[in-house]
Amino acid sequence: MSADPYADTSESTSGQVFNVTGGDWDTISTDSLEGDRLVINMGPQHPSTHGVLRLILEIDGETVHDARAGIGYLHTGIEKNMEFRTWTQGVTFCTRMDYVAPFSNEAAYVGAVERLLGIEDQITERAQVIRVLMLELNRISSHLVAIATGGMEIGALTVMTCGFRDREEILKAFELITGLRMNHAYFRPGGVSQDLPDGTVGHLRDLVALLKKRLPEYAALCNANPIFKGRLKQVGRLDLAGVLALGITGPILRSTGLDWDLRVKQPYWGYDTYDFDVITRDEPDAYGRFMIRQLEMWESLRIVEQCIDRLESTQGQPVMIADRKIAWPAQLSVGSDGQGNSPEHIAHIMGESMEALIHHFKLVTEGFRVPAGQAYFAIESPKGEIACHAVSDGGTRPFRAHFRDPSFVNLQGVSAMSEGGMLSDVIVAVASIDPVMGGVDR
Amino acid sequence: MSDETQDGSHETRAELKKSDAVELEVVEVREGAFGVHGTGDTSGFGGLRRPVVMPGAATPPYGGWFDEVAERLTAGEGLADAIEKVVVHRGEITFFIRREVLRQAAQHLRDDAGLRFELLSGVSGVHYPGDTGRELHAVYHLLSMTHNRRIRLEVTCPEEDPQVPSVMGVYPTADWHERETWDMFGIRFEGHTHLTRILMPDDWPGHPQRKDYPLGGIDVEFKGGFIPAPDNRRSYS
Repeated sequence: MSADPYADTSESTSGQVFNVTGGDWDTISTDSLEGDRLVINMGPQHPSTHGVLRLILEIDGETVHDARAGIGYLHTGIEKNMEFRTWTQGVTFCTRMDYVAPFSNEAAYVGAVERLLGIEDQITERAQVIRVLMLELNRISSHLVAIATGGMEIGALTVMTCGFRDREEILKAFELITGLRMNHAYFRPGGVSQDLPDGTVGHLRDLVALLKKRLPEYAALCNANPIFKGRLKQVGRLDLAGVLALGITGPILRSTGLDWDLRVKQPYWGYDTYDFDVITRDEPDAYGRFMIRQLEMWESLRIVEQCIDRLESTQGQPVMIADRKIAWPAQLSVGSDGQGNSPEHIAHIMGESMEALIHHFKLVTEGFRVPAGQAYFAIESPKGEIACHAVSDGGTRPFRAHFRDPSFVNLQGVSAMSEGGMLSDVIVAVASIDPVMGGVDR
Repeated sequence: MSDETQDGSHETRAELKKSDAVELEVVEVREGAFGVHGTGDTSGFGGLRRPVVMPGAATPPYGGWFDEVAERLTAGEGLADAIEKVVVHRGEITFFIRREVLRQAAQHLRDDAGLRFELLSGVSGVHYPGDTGRELHAVYHLLSMTHNRRIRLEVTCPEEDPQVPSVMGVYPTADWHERETWDMFGIRFEGHTHLTRILMPDDWPGHPQRKDYPLGGIDVEFKGGFIPAPDNRRSYS
C-alpha cells in the first residue's frame, strides 16, 4: 500500500475503508470484500452542487442506492445575528440568505414585521407596486440562473452563457433602482428605501422588450432538443403525495399538476389585482420543472409590464408609510463623494429643527419598537414558499426571526428523486430542485 | 436575578407577574435601559421597569373558521384536553398543545376531512429564558391547501427536560426542521429516527440559538477607537 497519508486503508466498525486521491485506484485490492458498493462524497465543493452541498452517495456501479444530503457548510448565523440588530437592520442580513432571489427574503421579513406592527393596510400603493415589480424581475433572474446552471451541469454550456447574459440585464436594472446588484436591503418595514430614480420606467420598458426577444432562445435551444429531453425526461420524478409529504413547494409542486401558488391563493401586496396565470404541468420530472420555470418567466414579464403602467400612474406618490414613528427619516441622494443622506435633510436636522435631529437620531440608532407577539408571513418565492416567523418581545430588535427557506425544505427531496437512478441523474435531480445553499444554511 | 426590583420601591417580580397573570402573558421583566444597572447610573434610566408581555389567551368565539378548527381538533380521539391555550393575534391563530399529545394532534389535523392540514410548512424554536418551567417553545406552522387555512401549533418544554414528541411519522418533512431545532435549541424530538446536528458541525458544543449562548465577535478598531462586538453594544430593548 502506498505511503500517502491521504490514500490509506484502515479498519472501521463497518469494515475496511479505502481512501483514494485519484489516479491510484489500481492500488486498491477488493478481493476480500463481498459486494462492490462504494460510498462516495460528491462535494461539498463540486461544480454541480450549487455551492457547498455535500451529497453522500452509496453507489453500485453507476446505480445510486442511497443518496443523502449533508448541509451546513454555508451556515453564517444570520437568524442569530438579526437578534442583535434593529428591526430595520434585519433586512440587511436576511437579503444575504438566498442570494439568487434576495428580494423574496426581504419580502418575507418585512411582511412579517409589518404584520406585527399592524400596518399592513398602510403600505402605500406605489411601494407595493415597486415591491411586486422587484419580486417578479427577481423571479425571472432566479429562474434564469436555475436554467443556466442546470444546463451547464449537463454540458449545455450555451444555455449557461445565455442565462447569465440575460440575468445580467436584470441585475443592471436592480443596480439602477437599489444601487446594488445583490444584497439590496431595498425593502424596509413600511415601504421601500427610496423611490425609483429618473429614467427607470424607460429603462424597464427596454428591458422587457429585450427579454421578450431573448426568452424564446431557451425554448429554441432546449425544448425539443433530443439530448436535453433525454437527460431530463423521467428523471428526478416525484409525485404529488411525495411532494406534499416532504413539504416541497414551488415549481416542483406545480409540476405535479397542483396549481398552488401563494400569489393567487393567499394574495399579498395587491397580487390579486394583476392579470397572470399559474403554470402547472402533469409531468413531475426535471423536464416538467424546466418547462414551468420557462413559462413562469413569461407570466412574470406580464406582471412586470402591468407594474410599469402602474408606476407611471402613481408617479410622485410616497413609497414609505406616513407614520413618522416607523418611516426611515432620511432620503438618500448621490453626492460628489458617493451615496449619502440628501443635503436638504442634513440642512433640516443640523440647522433648522432640533426635534428633527432627535427624531432622526432615535429612529436610526435605537429603532422603532414592535408590539410583542409572533407572525408568520409567507410569499411565493421563485423556489416555493418562503416565510418568516418573526417573534417580538416589544423591543427594538427581533426576539427571534426564523426563515422557512424553500431550498432547505425542497432539498430533502433529493433522496427520493435520485435513489434507484443513475449517478448522472443525481446532477439533473439536484438542478431541478434549484437549491441555493445560502438559503439552505442561512 | 433577585426577586426584588432594583430600587426596592415597587412590587417584587413575583407580585408583578402574578398581578398581570390573569390577562397578560408576562414572560420576563426588564429593568433599566441601555444596559445600565447599579448605583453608577445617575441618569435615572436604571429605575425603568418593563414587563415583557406576550398576547394573552383568547376565549371563544375566536371568530371565522378558527372556531370550527378548534372544535374539530378537540373532537379527535384523546384530544379533548389537548389545547392548553389559544392565542389569536394579528389575524393568526396559535394553539398551545400539551406536548404529550402533539403527535396525535398532528395526525388528527392532517387526516380529518374538515381540517386536512396536509402540509407542514416548518418548525421553528423560540427560547424564552424568563418563561420559567416552559422556556423552550417548538412552533409548527401548518397549511391546509384544501381549505386554504394556516394555523400554528406551539408546544413548550422546560430546559431541564427538553423533550417533545417528533411528528416526523406524520409529516416526513419535519425531519430536517426538527434536526435544525435540535441543533439550534437543544429540543430533543422523541421518535425522530436520526436526530443529529444539521447546520452546525457534529462536534459543536451547545445550542447557538438559545438566548444564553453569546453571539461572539471581536471589537473592531477604526482610527484609534474601538467598536465593540454586536452583543456588547448598547442595547435599547
